[in-house]
Amino acid sequence: MRKVYHKILQVSGNVITVEAEGVAYNDLAEITTKRGVSLAQVIRLNHNKVYLQIFAGSRGVSTNDEVRFLGKQMQVSSSENLMGRVFNGAGEPRDKRPAIMEKMKEIGGPSVNPAKRIIPKRMVRTGIPMIDLFNSLVVSQKIPIFSVAGEPYNPLMARIAMQAEVDVIILGGMGLKYDDYLYFKNTLDEHGALTRTVMFVHTASDPVVECLLVPDMSLAVAEAYAIEGKNVLVLLTDMTNFSDALKEIAITMEQIPSNRGYPGDLYSQLASRYEKAVDLEGAGSITILAVTTMPGDDVTHPVPDNTGYITEGQYYLKNGRIEPFGSLSRLKQQVNGDTRKDHRAIMDTMIRLYSSYKETCEKQSMGFKMSNWDNKLLKYGAFFESRMMDLSVNIPLEEALDLGWKTLAECFEKAETGMKTDLLNEFWPKT
Amino acid sequence: MIERNTGQIVGINGNMITVKFDTFVTQNEVAYAVIGDKKLKCEVIRIRGANADLQVFESTNGLKIHDMVEFTDELLSVELGPGLLTMVYDGLQNPLDRLAERTGFFLERGLYMPPLDEVKKWDFTSIVKVGDSINAGTYVGRVPEGIYTHYICAPFDLKGTWTVESIIANGSYNIREKIAVITSETGDKKEVTMTQRWPVKIPITCYMEKVSPEKTLITQNRIIDTFFPVAVGGTFCTPGPFGAGKTVLQHSISQYAQTDIVIICACGERAGEVVEILKEYPQLEDPRTGRTLMERSVIICNTSSMPVAAREASVYTAVTLAEYYRQMGLNTLLLADSTSRWAQAMREMSGRLEEIPGEEGFPAYLESLVASFYERAGLVKLNNGSLGSVTIGGAVSPAGGNFEEPVTQATLKVIGAFLGLSRQRAEARRFPSIHPLESWSHYKSIVDEKMIEKARQTLRKGNEVNQMMSVVGEEGTSIDDYTIYLKSEFLDSVYLQQNTFDAIDGASDEERQKHVFTRVINILDARFNFKDKEEARKFFVELRQIFIDWNYMKFKCDKFQYHENSINSKLKEFAHA
Ligand SMILES: Nc1ncnc2c1ncn2[C@@H]1O[C@H](COP(=O)(O)OP(=O)(O)OP(=O)(O)O)[C@@H](O)[C@H]1O
Ligand SMILES: [Mg+2]
Repeated sequence: MRKVYHKILQVSGNVITVEAEGVAYNDLAEITTKRGVSLAQVIRLNHNKVYLQIFAGSRGVSTNDEVRFLGKQMQVSSSENLMGRVFNGAGEPRDKRPAIMEKMKEIGGPSVNPAKRIIPKRMVRTGIPMIDLFNSLVVSQKIPIFSVAGEPYNPLMARIAMQAEVDVIILGGMGLKYDDYLYFKNTLDEHGALTRTVMFVHTASDPVVECLLVPDMSLAVAEAYAIEGKNVLVLLTDMTNFSDALKEIAITMEQIPSNRGYPGDLYSQLASRYEKAVDLEGAGSITILAVTTMPGDDVTHPVPDNTGYITEGQYYLKNGRIEPFGSLSRLKQQVNGDTRKDHRAIMDTMIRLYSSYKETCEKQSMGFKMSNWDNKLLKYGAFFESRMMDLSVNIPLEEALDLGWKTLAECFEKAETGMKTDLLNEFWPKT
Repeated sequence: MIERNTGQIVGINGNMITVKFDTFVTQNEVAYAVIGDKKLKCEVIRIRGANADLQVFESTNGLKIHDMVEFTDELLSVELGPGLLTMVYDGLQNPLDRLAERTGFFLERGLYMPPLDEVKKWDFTSIVKVGDSINAGTYVGRVPEGIYTHYICAPFDLKGTWTVESIIANGSYNIREKIAVITSETGDKKEVTMTQRWPVKIPITCYMEKVSPEKTLITQNRIIDTFFPVAVGGTFCTPGPFGAGKTVLQHSISQYAQTDIVIICACGERAGEVVEILKEYPQLEDPRTGRTLMERSVIICNTSSMPVAAREASVYTAVTLAEYYRQMGLNTLLLADSTSRWAQAMREMSGRLEEIPGEEGFPAYLESLVASFYERAGLVKLNNGSLGSVTIGGAVSPAGGNFEEPVTQATLKVIGAFLGLSRQRAEARRFPSIHPLESWSHYKSIVDEKMIEKARQTLRKGNEVNQMMSVVGEEGTSIDDYTIYLKSEFLDSVYLQQNTFDAIDGASDEERQKHVFTRVINILDARFNFKDKEEARKFFVELRQIFIDWNYMKFKCDKFQYHENSINSKLKEFAHA
């Protein structure tokens, strides 16, 4: 069913209205303008009026442009041949190689039956103590990096992707700076990971709403691979751009905003993407690592706020470090009991002492007298920041645990750590 | 054959369709939008002229203008009968494990399955005899369902008095078999099976009266039962920002609450959290019965990526099941996580209906809907004189963690206990993170009110001293004030905080709470002779350690008794006589 229509009734924001019959909800159309051909999607039907969201934006759309309905929903190939390839926000090749049309599947498919999920139990090792030791990442976890603009969140993400032992990496870039895109590409290449990577890249110079399809395409491909038994890591950067694109469409459609202009269904929209993270019974898995930039470093901003309510914790990146406070892996307890028996104790003790160190810092800044104990904490805090928090540290978990003991022993008496006696006897470094 | 009442789609906007109907429609009736060989369930939510607006419980992708809609003339209903316990349903009462058998990994739209096992035989014993008069809700017979006696109730919508015309002999029957025939005063006949359907948005009211909830529902969480108690048949809410511990707290309550039936409603939250329940409850033992926790539970699970309209329905499905078991004289507890997602589902729909929005885009009728939901809780005296109850606890997820927002405020107006979770406490890992100074409860505590007042005062004063100290420093604080501060910290860490994940500390029964709390009060009452602050701090650090160890010991075991003595002797070191 390929019909051509000329009657564009209205252009408003990136939404146009045309008159048409027999069009299905959510179907795709192509609009041909002076600027070229763009995909559009049906977002509302009212009698014979069809509202279309134009992914390339409405700039230059003229009332006598051609709109052609494709009679199908947005699809993406789930073929193995996607690996090593780069596509744009509309799913077209961006690497000048031919399009792939085999094993096409609809994006935004139904959710996994909760009865077919299993409890995640496998740890992802990253070599970053702030993750492995303090907030372990788990296969099938969905977790964002909360960060203000300008922090090295993309390098951090790339580094985790390189260390993680996964079968496939899928990069979904939304509003990605071209430099960052090249950075990802080069890093993947250096590590020989490019051939097991699929990229859907919408860059900062592409039309804003074109990024809306990126998470769904990335996750549809991930889902197909996971069903075949693969462990897939999906990187989504930056979900705040995705949310802003949603906001733009909502405002155009004159929807009543809930909070700072964001639509009332922002939670559901984000959740339907993040919830694709899954460990499937008898098949593979999808782990989602995302970036959420926080305008004004404000966690109560609607995007990080709604995200936090959906994801299984967050890594809070600030001043080039993963902050122990504000970061949380909600799945860590699923794995950190089976690593080494001092893992949980070291984790709790070191965080508790670091929090005391912070209090001491406050006291110090108020000009209060420093006690003997305060001085010990100050020494400890400096060690903690350089040995654990510094992102250049790259050591396996076991080494990080040993380093933790060493640090404690250098700063405190055994009893001052408040740890159980049997652990102290076994692990306290002998001098 | 009866002519089907149908209509045609004239508008589609997200999960809302506008339908031009041919004859008549009923508000809240169920309809099906036909797409190919599939039928998508919908509910009528507004009627205007010849058009009805319907919310679709599935994705509307692929629907077209002029597609057919079939009306059913039945309100959105659930099926009530033996076999509900241990089941895991979506918001529309589809059994998830059976769906998985049919469709594998994914939930397919348009597939609906019978909620109850239709083959399984139940041992039926009749209670009424031929010629008996019955009313709505009268026990007709009973079957054993796990550890409970499941009473088969006469239809809850019977009007007036009916007479039993026939009743089946005792024996094994499935839920589809006719077990009785009843006749009305005007000669109408009705066949009764072991199940009945009930519209979820209408409360079941087959009882004599609501009575005021008096008894404390023991949740085995110290800060709740002692400080902010919940009553059997009462209502409470647990608002808190993300990560504050709402879900962990609800899981703990669902596990340890001393109640007969627990209905868990996972409403618009993470699927992973439900999976933990699904996989663990069949293994965990309920110490009250010696059976698994699953055997007293029903799980309604409409997680955040499942259709939004079904999320709205899920809380009603859950409360209807709770009311049903209440009709059998049982105490049921409904835990909904999170009611904010339910409110958001209403907001989405209200937006599509282009209704005039209230605050933050929520519909103006939000408050009345929240109120009528919690109104379905209560302790009731059934027509046969026995008591049954529905207790409702709702998690609330306020935007930005700000309790001033509409859903929290609407909820606070109608509930009996407010357990506010605080971000600061969660970040300081002080779990459960219920704020001891901001929370409140109208219900009766398990301990004497005077003792609680004493403890509250300590907390308040300790908090004041702490704030003062951050300005003037420790040096500028008197030893007496400092001791009050240490006492409040002590109370916090040994009593308010509890290790949810520890089998012993995580569950503290009524007797133990009373015992331990008396001990704590003794310490708060004691007057100490400390040389200096360092000595005071050291003393409380040590006392706390002994006390926490004590919390981890089995109540009244030898070690427990012995340890209590060491607390006493520790106390004597510095306390006045
Ligand atoms: N009682 C507790 N003891 C120890 N840790 C806890 C406790 N409660 C919560 N936590 C920690 O906090 C994390 C978040 O808790 P939880 O999932 O209950 O938060 P929530 O309030 O339900 O958040 P959301 O609104 O995002 O669903 C848990 O994964 C756990 O690490
Ligand atoms: Mg939760």
